[in-house]
Amino acid sequence: MFYREAGQFKPSYEADQQIFPIIQDRVGIAIIIAFAALVVPMIASEYWLNSILVPVLIFSLAAIGLNILTGYAGQLSLGSAAFMAVGAFGAYNFMLRIDGMPFLVALVLGGLAAAAVGVVFGLPSLRIKGFYLAVATLAAQFFIVWALVKFPWFSNHSTSGVITAQDIVILGFAFDGPVAKYLLTLAIVIVLALMAKNLVRTSTGRSWMAVRDMDVAAEVIGIRPMRTKLIAFAVSSFYCGVAGGLYAFTYLGTVEPEGFNLDLSFRILFMIIIGGVGSIMGSFLGAAFIVLLPIFMNVMMHGLLGDYISASFGSNLELMIFGGLIIFFLIVEPHGLARLWQIGKEKLRLWPFPH
Amino acid sequence: MQFFLEVLIGGLLSGVLYSLVALGFVLIFKASGVFNFAQGAMVFFAALTFVGFTEVLPGWTGLEAGGTAVFWLAFVLALASMVVLGIATEKIVLRPLVNQPPITLFMATIGLTYLVEGIAQGIWGANVRGLDLGIEDVPIEYMLEQHNILISTFDLFAALLAGLLVGSLALFFQYTKVGRALRAVADDHQAALSIGIPLQHIWAIVWGVAGFVALVAGLIWGARNGVQFALTFTALKALPVLILGGFTSVPGAIVGGLIIGASEKLAEVYVGPFVGGGIESWFPYVLALLFLLVRPEGLFGERHIDRV
Repeated sequence: MFYREAGQFKPSYEADQQIFPIIQDRVGIAIIIAFAALVVPMIASEYWLNSILVPVLIFSLAAIGLNILTGYAGQLSLGSAAFMAVGAFGAYNFMLRIDGMPFLVALVLGGLAAAAVGVVFGLPSLRIKGFYLAVATLAAQFFIVWALVKFPWFSNHSTSGVITAQDIVILGFAFDGPVAKYLLTLAIVIVLALMAKNLVRTSTGRSWMAVRDMDVAAEVIGIRPMRTKLIAFAVSSFYCGVAGGLYAFTYLGTVEPEGFNLDLSFRILFMIIIGGVGSIMGSFLGAAFIVLLPIFMNVMMHGLLGDYISASFGSNLELMIFGGLIIFFLIVEPHGLARLWQIGKEKLRLWPFPH
Repeated sequence: MQFFLEVLIGGLLSGVLYSLVALGFVLIFKASGVFNFAQGAMVFFAALTFVGFTEVLPGWTGLEAGGTAVFWLAFVLALASMVVLGIATEKIVLRPLVNQPPITLFMATIGLTYLVEGIAQGIWGANVRGLDLGIEDVPIEYMLEQHNILISTFDLFAALLAGLLVGSLALFFQYTKVGRALRAVADDHQAALSIGIPLQHIWAIVWGVAGFVALVAGLIWGARNGVQFALTFTALKALPVLILGGFTSVPGAIVGGLIIGASEKLAEVYVGPFVGGGIESWFPYVLALLFLLVRPEGLFGERHIDRV
């Protein structure tokens, strides 16, 4: 029923080393990208573009960042939102303080600033592991948000640290409408996602996985743990930083440091757990799930219960259902949506036969 | 000097409260290896349930509002709710997740945090409530007159209560049969199972005890700062206490709490003015982080030896 990999022989090394070695995967990805780039802007309403698709893409990017660190390199982090904040405020400041700074360069520089901060806060990972490290990354979370609020230079002396993103102009074309912003976000996310997909199968990616599976053993076979872990922190923070820049520039427009709080870090962590730890596709699935779930629940609640319950009880009910669903998901499929997709593919391959 | 002492003592006393929250974490982590992020939500749930019962009980039973009978009845009912919550958590959430990687369990407890907060506010409402334990928050006159140091009676009472709690827990762990079984489970699950200790009963008991600790912490915190959603954030302050003291050590939770409480207040007073204040929000974490660089397993944590 479903496609099989058998019979696709590769005559050259180049052909064998493609990111998607199977032709059906390539075609599938191309169709999805074409659909997202050509069809979606035509059919989606402004609300869908602004409030659903753009945040899903941005959070996918942040989830890829955290997935590189947690899923591939095995370093648990609770500070992803803080690195997003560094990216957002970095891109804003580069745009503000350097005349004629192109947006894409500012975005990359913001990401690099986040990477530098990430390396600093990644240094303790050389000594400590697991939950000790997770709590240590909370230092990054609280310190960065505090610093952005306390030093008004970062927000150009605005009250309470709120920044308003500058207009995005690339090569004379102003990206101001929802469609333009969506397409810009989509392009950046696709490029970075493909780079991540490629990166995790290079020697760097493989050494990350070796360190994740057992760092002492990895060290014994000649992988330098310090370099590997710090690269993971740098790359992960870079992705989070770029996601933060997009969050400020193409999604919200105005952001404040308090917006990048611990709750946001947890949501990104939920995305990779629900989507699948150690899977790039899982990052997308998880981000879509976590962004859509509250919206879906809100709509359902208003549709079903309507006026019967008060607004405050409604929000508490949402909290309960959100928490309950997370637990339910973890119990039913602890390996996430990516694993469900894999199981589904296996089943379809044999269908209609059971074995 | 007097000012320094005053800040130090104030910090130590507030550190005792952090220790109380951290204690709940340690109990569960020791016995089941679960990093229970929901401990803060449980503290909030406990305080809110207690206050909620003191409000509705006079109407139900005709007892005098604010009386001793209502207080103890509400305490017993809140304790029962906490034990039920703890055991239900163990049975419904963690039992099906046995043998999953620690990060999955940790995520489940974050989900639990949302669930518990939602349930607590859904039942009792989200208003900020006062909680009166009948202890006045006034300075101790003797210390104020003789040494000119301001120490609040309430803080002192809270510290004594915490000390009493820790002492009785230590006795419970050391000298009762259940306590011995608990320590055996904490040491080695499989060995404990093989000599016939019922693992699941022990886990249920631990969650019940953690619920009790959460209730005490919730009452003291609630009486200090009012019963409100911000109580859940105290859990976050308990985390640096944990890594400072080591995840598996009860004395570590106490000593860590004292260190964090004292150094955070001292840093706020003496270092804060130079950098614009508000450093209390991150100072404990950075302190714990620097400390970890020297001793990665915390003050009293077990040294972990990696084998390939």
